[in-house]
Amino acid sequence: MNHAQLRQKIAFALLGVATLMVVVPIILTIVYIVLHGYSAMSWEFISQPPKNGMRDGGIFPAIVGTVYLIIGTMVFSLPLGILSAIYLVEYARDNTFTRLIKLSVVNLSGVPSIVYGLFGLALFVMFMGFGTSILAGSLTLAIMSLPVIITASKEALESVPQAYREISLSLGASRWQTVRYCVLPYAIPGILTGTVLALSRAAGETAPILFTVAAFYLPRLPRSVFDQVMALPYHLYVTATQVPGIPQNIPFATALVLISLVFLMNVISFVLRAHYRKKRQW
Amino acid sequence: MNLDIEVLRNEILGVIGPANSGKTTFLRAINRMNDLNVNYRQEGTIVFDGTDTRTISETLLRKRIGIIFSLPQVLPVTIYQNVAYGPKVHGTTARSVVDGIVEDALKKAYLWDEVKDRLHMPAPKLSGGQQQRLCIARTLAVGADVILYDEPCSGLDPISTAKVEDAMRQLKADYTQILVTNNTKQAARVSERCAFFLMGELVELSNTDALFTHPRDKRTDDYVSGRFG
Repeated sequence: MNHAQLRQKIAFALLGVATLMVVVPIILTIVYIVLHGYSAMSWEFISQPPKNGMRDGGIFPAIVGTVYLIIGTMVFSLPLGILSAIYLVEYARDNTFTRLIKLSVVNLSGVPSIVYGLFGLALFVMFMGFGTSILAGSLTLAIMSLPVIITASKEALESVPQAYREISLSLGASRWQTVRYCVLPYAIPGILTGTVLALSRAAGETAPILFTVAAFYLPRLPRSVFDQVMALPYHLYVTATQVPGIPQNIPFATALVLISLVFLMNVISFVLRAHYRKKRQW
Repeated sequence: MNLDIEVLRNEILGVIGPANSGKTTFLRAINRMNDLNVNYRQEGTIVFDGTDTRTISETLLRKRIGIIFSLPQVLPVTIYQNVAYGPKVHGTTARSVVDGIVEDALKKAYLWDEVKDRLHMPAPKLSGGQQQRLCIARTLAVGADVILYDEPCSGLDPISTAKVEDAMRQLKADYTQILVTNNTKQAARVSERCAFFLMGELVELSNTDALFTHPRDKRTDDYVSGRFG
């Protein structure tokens, strides 16, 4: 083996090690959580509210709360995010104003989530008077998710071949018809990926919901969007640190449920992307 | 670029010249495809059927003036859906009506016999020549009167090229066509009048035979006989 081949082998080995160093901790984390939380998992755990100061019973209200928050976030962030991306890619001219918008979107994705929480508290909870509620929490999480959705949608739209737009326009279609029939359908896989990524993050964040929606203990289900609600990330924090004498497997089981929820969202997105890819002969 | 050209109804006007002479820009100006380029500037008017093209809406203009690009560009859907796309965006969705339009367009583009049994096959699976004829059918389906060709056979083998040229001849009776081509022999085969562009300038426009056998301008003579280009 000559000098160049040896160097290639070493380089590939190092890259392989780097990959392992990324994958192994994730697997170890999941395994650790499963091992420590498995004993608390049961049908009762998923379907019952907490009892006995949360040392017993289940986490059902927290699961429901997180699901409601995911739906609420999706309702606010998805249309706004996709339409913004369409505007930025298909309609906006390249001037200072649009460059400023693009810069802002990129910067927003770097803002710490606790800052979003404070912002949500100030704007939605206090100024607009929604109080700590699903509405305030969803809006806060939606703003936090927007940069990811916009960026992913932008990239998905930009990856659609320019030829499709030219064909459509040359046949006399309007700009909007072109976007609707010739561009958007092919951008959907990328948009879906970005959306699931953003929603997974929203499902798992504690800081934005801390002041805007999370309830320490609310065993009943919410009656309206103005209600507070329990949520899995916050509940994890509570059961791990705020309840003395709690069996240790409960917080781990909560973590397991949260991870499973995120995993489930990823599976749904995978299935949807495969369905679209097949339909479009891409 | 300074131009003053008149295109006659039902003719095939050839446009020849070396690369970067402005042929494609000229062609795309006619149906306002150049408007997609933010840096494009145009002065003067292009008159189509008695009206300034800038006063009609682009969507209506492009309905009547269609363009075929150099590389066969088909949408990644079925053959039927490709041809039906134009009528759809202009509001025709009734199945029986669209079926009729699709069949008529494919027949005019000299493609019907080859695809009539597989209209629901993905269009990208067709050969290059078939895809170009599909592009012609697509343009005809929206009711175009004028067809612009931007070096349509540059990526095709001679047999496919011949089929596309046959389609052009067949369309001559009802349509006006402008053919931009790098291939002077193709222009000689197909067009009746021919324009020679050089470096953004229209050098000469005359009957094809005259242009090729006794051109008025020396530059035309040099290009056509292959001394440069």
